Amino acid sequence: MVRVEFLGPIQKEALEVEATSLRDVAAALQSDDEVKDWLESCAVAVNDTLVKSLDTALKSGDKVSLLPPVCGG
Amino acid sequence: MLELFDGPVPTEEILVRWYRDEAGSNYGAYIPFIGTIRDEDGISGLSFDIYEPILESWFNAWQERAKEAGAVLKMAHSRGDVPLHTSSYVAAVFSPKRKVALKMINDFVEDFKASAPIWKYDLRDGKRLYAADRSTPISGSGILGE
Repeated sequence: MVRVEFLGPIQKEALEVEATSLRDVAAALQSDDEVKDWLESCAVAVNDTLVKSLDTALKSGDKVSLLPPVCGG
Repeated sequence: MLELFDGPVPTEEILVRWYRDEAGSNYGAYIPFIGTIRDEDGISGLSFDIYEPILESWFNAWQERAKEAGAVLKMAHSRGDVPLHTSSYVAAVFSPKRKVALKMINDFVEDFKASAPIWKYDLRDGKRLYAADRSTPISGSGILGE
């Protein structure tokens, strides 16, 4: 299982998802009505490193974070 | 150096402390940027969430860039609520020459706006409202929606 965390304004508790790559996480989240509208605008980090490919491999215990659009300052 | 504060950034203390810390470092230029909360659109202030692990790695990568240019970067930011007319963000570059520092403070603040994992909320009528229309997707966003 990997842990999926939702940062900033996404008001959602973390999920545990069975996944061997980010593609599996995408499939799980696309069927989740609470979060699917955020997916087009969110960046993704695996274990606190930003990634840009759905083929990113995952193993049990990994942390996937969703980062919605930012505005510091 | 990256410093985070609950509430407003203590701007005066920081600017003086950074100045004193580098007074003997032989830098010819100290260029600070101070962001202050303006009274607009009926807000009583702004509020911020920060994801610290990625903010730290983003800042450390910039510090390496600064080091290659012979410069040093410093940054302070607020967490939580920040009232009008106080500061939520202070950044500064110290460098041997002014031109390096002027370019770097501009590039650094621009990338900060586009990439730093910080979320802004308007405080209005007792509510905390995500500033969606002023926010920018981080480079590479959207892969989970493909």
